[in-house]
Amino acid sequence: MSDETYPADLRYHPEHDWVRVDGDEATFGVTWYAQDALGEVVYYDPPDVGAATIAGQSYGELESVKAVSDIIAPASGEVLAVNDKVEGAPELVNSDPYGDGWLIRVRLSDPSELDGLMDEAAYRSYLQGL
Amino acid sequence: MRTSLHAAHVAAGAKIVDFAGWEMPVEYLGVRAEHLAVRERCGLFDVSHMGQIEVTGPGARDFLQTTLTNDITRIGPGQAQYTLLPDDDGGVIDDLLAYALLDRFLLVVNASNIDACVGRITGLAPAGVEVVNRSPHVGMLALQGPAWAKALTPVASPEPFSLQYMEATEASVAGVPCLVARTGYTGEPGVEIMCDADQAPAVWDALMGTPDRPDAAGLGARDTLRLEMGYPLYGNELSRDRSPIPAGLKWACDLKHGGFPGAERMQREAENGTPEKLVGIMLTEKGIPRGGCPVLVGGEPAGIVTSGTLSPSLGVGAGLAYVSSEHAERGTRLEVDVRGKPKAAEVVTLPMVDSSPRKEHHS
Repeated sequence: MSDETYPADLRYHPEHDWVRVDGDEATFGVTWYAQDALGEVVYYDPPDVGAATIAGQSYGELESVKAVSDIIAPASGEVLAVNDKVEGAPELVNSDPYGDGWLIRVRLSDPSELDGLMDEAAYRSYLQGL
Repeated sequence: MRTSLHAAHVAAGAKIVDFAGWEMPVEYLGVRAEHLAVRERCGLFDVSHMGQIEVTGPGARDFLQTTLTNDITRIGPGQAQYTLLPDDDGGVIDDLLAYALLDRFLLVVNASNIDACVGRITGLAPAGVEVVNRSPHVGMLALQGPAWAKALTPVASPEPFSLQYMEATEASVAGVPCLVARTGYTGEPGVEIMCDADQAPAVWDALMGTPDRPDAAGLGARDTLRLEMGYPLYGNELSRDRSPIPAGLKWACDLKHGGFPGAERMQREAENGTPEKLVGIMLTEKGIPRGGCPVLVGGEPAGIVTSGTLSPSLGVGAGLAYVSSEHAERGTRLEVDVRGKPKAAEVVTLPMVDSSPRKEHHS
């Protein structure tokens, strides 16, 4: 397990997904809160490379021993890459949710969608209210 | 509701979930680690949510013989027996362990079924047989795993190690009067310990204070351990919708003597077969089957998954499923529809792991 952190350089979706923006490309993953709620992740069912993600909709699944969780896309785009390290070692989502535990890399189709996401401070206060 | 061990669970970092109205620890450090600790060493579970019903009186044995499915005359004082409580149609109200003690029978039932069991048994009991629900006053721990005796030795007297599988005795654990039984729901050797609920924390703390202390283990690991063994879980594999026969529990139904509700139906099903049977399944590709997933053969419906998980011992998706009897043979190729994605699977023998609760302890 990792310590509870929410990096300041990320944007956050209310379904506990993060996005790291790099020009018109972005990396998606799930937050510390999400992996803690799910427990030890034992399976990652990723999308196909080339598939579309739609903001607010599921693009894949993470499973713990006990539960299945849809992974919600924080923004729309096209899947450029899937983290196959997580497919082989899903526990990376627990141990390094913002680093080696990233899930997909996407070319954004509508970067303006990012304006609707939360920054670190907003996400932390959102978590306080849950 | 909370068990008397709630504070101990919170202090140990448990993640608490609701289970049948009880706030129970689902995991402490992680389901997989706790599961493997029980298979390889030893784990300690709080199962105080389970129900205890005492049946006493001169007619108690005859009454239970016509109320429960198994042949209760085969156990004497200090012995336990797996049995089922059928409804009038032979559906399953609960599966349980019946203990014959010196002056009474003790029925240990599932937490979710305490009221149903008490209602049914009380309703059928003749004059002179007394039925008492002791559940709120009984604490219950399960110490499970090959090293169980090492953890128990320093705190138990007399040492209850000569007990054979499915035997029970009174013993003192940490100075607390307990009923110690070589029973469990994990497939590993071990004991279940019952005592006054108020004194359960003293027993828990004493076991946790021994040099070979067990790992605290939650209901998550309890479920994956029983699933690998193919032990049915009420509400998943057992319900009032089916008799015990398609679940493979004919061995716990005394069809030779019969005389209990539903016996004729069970006899008929045992002779003629049932349209479906409970089997173990394993995925032969990546993925995890879950309860409710349809089972297909050649694209056609062939059954339903009742329990599923990633087997911590085997590292593959594994489950239990009711499948059409013609597809129930070991090695039969199936598909499991996991949320719209067909996954290749096959029927496997139970238990899925090489384990036996009958194993002797290594002290």
